[in-house]
Amino acid sequence: MTSSSTLQWTRREVKAGDVLLEVLTAGEGPPLLVLHEELGSPGPLQWQINMARQRTLLIPQHPGFSRTPRQEWIASLRDLACLYGIYLRGQRLHPIDVIGFSFGGWLAAEMIANDPSLFSSMTLVGPVGIKPPSGEILDLFMLTTDAYLRASVRDVGATVEFNTLYGAEQTPELFEAFEDARAETARLAWRPYMYNPSLPHLLQAAAKVPTLLLWGADDAVVPVSAATAYQAALPHATLKIFANCGHRPEIEQRAAFETALNTFLKRGEA
Amino acid sequence: MQILWFTERAYHTEDQRLNDRLEDLVIANQSFFGTPNTMFDRKIGADLLNMYLDEKIYADELGGFDGVMLNEHHANPWCLGAVMDVEAAILAKVTKKGRIVLLGNPIPTTANPLRLAEELAMIDLISGGRLVSGWVRGAGCESLATGANPAFNRELYEEGHDLILKAWTDPGPFRWEGKHYHYRYVNPWVKPLQTPHPPIWIPGLVSPDTVRWAARKRYPYIALATYLEPTAELWNIYTETAAEEGYQAGPENFGYLQPVFVGDSQQRAEELGKRFLFGGNFAHFARPEWMFPSGYNTKEATRRLARQFTSPNTPGRTMASEWTDTQDVQEIKRRIYGRYDKAREDLQMIAGTPEHVIPRLKHVMNVLRPGVLSFWIDGPVPREERLKCLRLLAHEVVPALREHAKTLGIVDPFERKPGSVPLNASGKPESVSRLNAVAAY
Repeated sequence: MTSSSTLQWTRREVKAGDVLLEVLTAGEGPPLLVLHEELGSPGPLQWQINMARQRTLLIPQHPGFSRTPRQEWIASLRDLACLYGIYLRGQRLHPIDVIGFSFGGWLAAEMIANDPSLFSSMTLVGPVGIKPPSGEILDLFMLTTDAYLRASVRDVGATVEFNTLYGAEQTPELFEAFEDARAETARLAWRPYMYNPSLPHLLQAAAKVPTLLLWGADDAVVPVSAATAYQAALPHATLKIFANCGHRPEIEQRAAFETALNTFLKRGEA
Repeated sequence: MQILWFTERAYHTEDQRLNDRLEDLVIANQSFFGTPNTMFDRKIGADLLNMYLDEKIYADELGGFDGVMLNEHHANPWCLGAVMDVEAAILAKVTKKGRIVLLGNPIPTTANPLRLAEELAMIDLISGGRLVSGWVRGAGCESLATGANPAFNRELYEEGHDLILKAWTDPGPFRWEGKHYHYRYVNPWVKPLQTPHPPIWIPGLVSPDTVRWAARKRYPYIALATYLEPTAELWNIYTETAAEEGYQAGPENFGYLQPVFVGDSQQRAEELGKRFLFGGNFAHFARPEWMFPSGYNTKEATRRLARQFTSPNTPGRTMASEWTDTQDVQEIKRRIYGRYDKAREDLQMIAGTPEHVIPRLKHVMNVLRPGVLSFWIDGPVPREERLKCLRLLAHEVVPALREHAKTLGIVDPFERKPGSVPLNASGKPESVSRLNAVAAY
């Protein structure tokens, strides 16, 4: 059972091909795959605590992002996407609902481009992965972690959960975890930075999978123009843009985010 | 002993107002790297690059020095030598005597190491075999400036190194299928004049990983103006690694870069030496996030950094981190130059007349016993006074140091091949540096 303010995570090690993948698990109900962002897996987040009352959250820790050991052979997002395909098929978890944030959104898109049978639905929150038609994806590698995190929300002061997550004094362990995540992101997404030119073409394979795109209108990490590029690649997708919101609607406008997500996930139940 | 001289070829002008503007920009930015190039004046740049080349030609004609040391940096007013091999190629043709010591080519930021092998071979051929080649990983910001992935920096460095050596020494054509470099046809028609290849020296800022790597390869290690005591300790790491490889390291395995400024008036030389601290010098080379971009460091180095960046009481925090209490550029500038006396006391700058600098340089030699010593002259100093400094070094300082090297039994990498002395029967290496001499000064 989950309480209202905390979440009891179970750390499970799952074999995926030749990789022992660490998967954070919490909650009850049908599974929801959560793919974390480029700076690792923050949390627990309030939306996760709430969601865990009705869904079992599965959050695989991307190899090299401090918990699952780095795999030398994983050299691209597509490699990682294929590994996760092996994980889902191996655990007979597919088709599964997925939600991916930023880098994790790109990962979900690569997975479905590779194997449309993996997902029953796909929610992408401010995903990188497609080159924005205008503007640039904010370059993590020119910034400190702190500066990047701050740029990810529209109004740091007004985003209470941001301060809960990142407001404390940085410990050496946290610094190291961020550095691990950054280094692995560099290995996978350095050039072209955070996108794959072939992705829009291959996404057509995902045509029948219900898709929700969530974006902050003032996203300073992935320009909202990229949302139109995703929509062009996924014409059936529903796009929801949150006004006065940055790259992190799940903490900036949690109530609206949860409404949109829950409505989408429950669409078939009505 | 090999005696060289070096300058960063900084963007300094004769116009003090322009220097002041640039310095304020650098300090406000807390970094030379990342200073917008809008201040670059093309005419001034052309003039400066020619001036720096003329100085080297002048020093070659003066005699006294065994050669000149060059380096390269990118996107940075700290150093106009963005493509060092261009300068080296000119010097290869125009100078007559001195060695051309490149410390070093940043292999990881070179997209095509085979091209680098060819450039260096041509420089060696044109110069009549005067090239000393050196390799660096490049400061982290060089990766940002060139688009090279910092997370593969060390892998690129080591694979590029292996490829270049093979291209220089093995008969072609051959195939190269590495992790990062792939060549279907390696057959450079130009090979270096020196056989089997030009000497290779490795410069660094006392990274133990690089020191051990250099020792295993039997390459001399050149410490870049680091504090004497940790440098001497690092010599010991090198010497111990050398012993594991079965050889006794000697002065021929070590070199040192020493900031100096020499003039014929003590007061004026001290004043000009102070300008070495322009913009905060090394402490402001690049902000930490640019100096150590993602994946650039090993896990061990990242852990060390984590402690530095998160604990206010850890030694080794950058100078810049001491200035976070103020944004006032003039106040920060005051603090930078306020460190000058301490820098002189620590011999991080030796400035004065020949009579003043010679005993201090001898002290550095007593402690480190380096087979290679390079002077580092920098800061916005009028041209004539830079040339005077070179003259005084060549004619008055260098002869005294050469005599001193003899009394210390210092041999250089050309007198004795680095790595050629077998370890003694006891298996315990002799220390090259004299740590106990640090305090003797």
